[in-house]
Amino acid sequence: MPDLSGYRFTPTHEWVRRDGDTATVGITDHAQSLLGDVIFLDLPAVGARLTAGDRFGAIESVKAASDLYAPVAGTVSEVNRSLADSPEQVNASPYEDGWLVRLRDVSEGGVELLDEAAYVARAEE
Amino acid sequence: MAARTPLHARHLAARAVMVEFAGYAMPLRYTSIRDEHVAVRTRAGLFDLSHMGEVHVTGESAEATVQRLVANDISALAPGHALYAVMCNDDAGIIDDLLVYRVEDGFLVVVNASRRQVDLGWMRTHLLPGTELRDESDETALLAVQGPEAVAIVQTLTGADLSALGSFSSVVGAVAEVPCRISRTGYTGEDGLELYCAPGPAPQLWDALLEAGAARGLLPVGLGARDTLRLEAGLRLYGQDMDETVDPFSCGLAWTVKLGKGEFIGAARLRQLDPHDPPRRFVGLAVGPRHIPRHGMTVGAGGAPVGEVTSGGFSFTLGHGIATAYLSPDLREEPLSIDIRGEAVPANRVRLPFVGAPHHRQRHD
Repeated sequence: MPDLSGYRFTPTHEWVRRDGDTATVGITDHAQSLLGDVIFLDLPAVGARLTAGDRFGAIESVKAASDLYAPVAGTVSEVNRSLADSPEQVNASPYEDGWLVRLRDVSEGGVELLDEAAYVARAEE
Repeated sequence: MAARTPLHARHLAARAVMVEFAGYAMPLRYTSIRDEHVAVRTRAGLFDLSHMGEVHVTGESAEATVQRLVANDISALAPGHALYAVMCNDDAGIIDDLLVYRVEDGFLVVVNASRRQVDLGWMRTHLLPGTELRDESDETALLAVQGPEAVAIVQTLTGADLSALGSFSSVVGAVAEVPCRISRTGYTGEDGLELYCAPGPAPQLWDALLEAGAARGLLPVGLGARDTLRLEAGLRLYGQDMDETVDPFSCGLAWTVKLGKGEFIGAARLRQLDPHDPPRRFVGLAVGPRHIPRHGMTVGAGGAPVGEVTSGGFSFTLGHGIATAYLSPDLREEPLSIDIRGEAVPANRVRLPFVGAPHHRQRHD
């Protein structure tokens, strides 16, 4: 398990990791476990502007399709292109290799961001 | 609380994701549905199917009773052999699809777990005098080994000559010293075996099969991959692809209906229908690699709804979405679409099965 001290989590099972003005976004281990094998992802294009709390894409797993919600606002600076060929990275490494998008010009607000302990406690409810 | 199969502790020890299915706690997946699916298509997989129902029919009129209950003709069934059949109501609606074996003292009828109580009720009210019926489901464990390596793996554990065991036949023997009925049947579209044994030694048999199969890449496989495998193989699932409102002709199961065999329940209604031209038809549909049809989605033609997806999913073998649906035969040439999350996704009619050989010699359960 990676060190998740720099990660914060949404009640809708995304995570965000800030590095100064940029942020990386993915889905949680709990989410990938519920979804099962990820088959493909619909992710925004580089340059897309995300609004915190709004849908920014979708993830199709063998079990169901799920919407993705932006934990923070920002502009997409990078999309994890390796997921097109290897979507299973989201299952195998949700916090590292399976990241989804990187954002710049990030601003927070509008979405509750939990630390790991609070997220785990809520996910277990 | 959900019932447990004799292999429950094995599933927990393997850290399987468990789900409730037909009243049983069953493994959905042990690792990944994709990996388990691929193992069965390319090597072998081991399934716990102990939730399935087993009904033993005996007595001097057992054959006449079974003939009355099912639409297929079991009169020529050789000892140990099995036949896939549907059991219909008076309106020719399918009560269940099942497997009938002729055994030493009568018949073994294997039914869907979700239909066990309904089936038993129906069968008990339609027994001929001189027939006894016993529900042996709780005294029977069922393990399946499926895939191109399945027979070779089981052969290392039994003295029975499996090369002599034809498709849809069975023999009583021992595997890993566990007495069982060894049957060349399955629900995956692959060659393989199903092993019926007592609950007590079932964990011992499970362990022996896992160990014997390890070198050939056998994996334990849960209900998730069982569903993706059977869908690729074009095998119907009771409750999704058929129910009491569906007749076997519409479902594409005319090959299991023997109107010439004499009277059976539903025959009168079936004689009024044209087996080659049912009012609706069970068809296969294929969509692109980035769309996954799901049960209940709407099928459209020319912007109008014309049906619903009965089963859908992603074909790991083909790399795109697949679905089955009932459509009117009038739509033969019209372009179709499936409404997937608000988008009308073009869908092509394809022949069933999606993967593998035509299934009229396979069974489904």
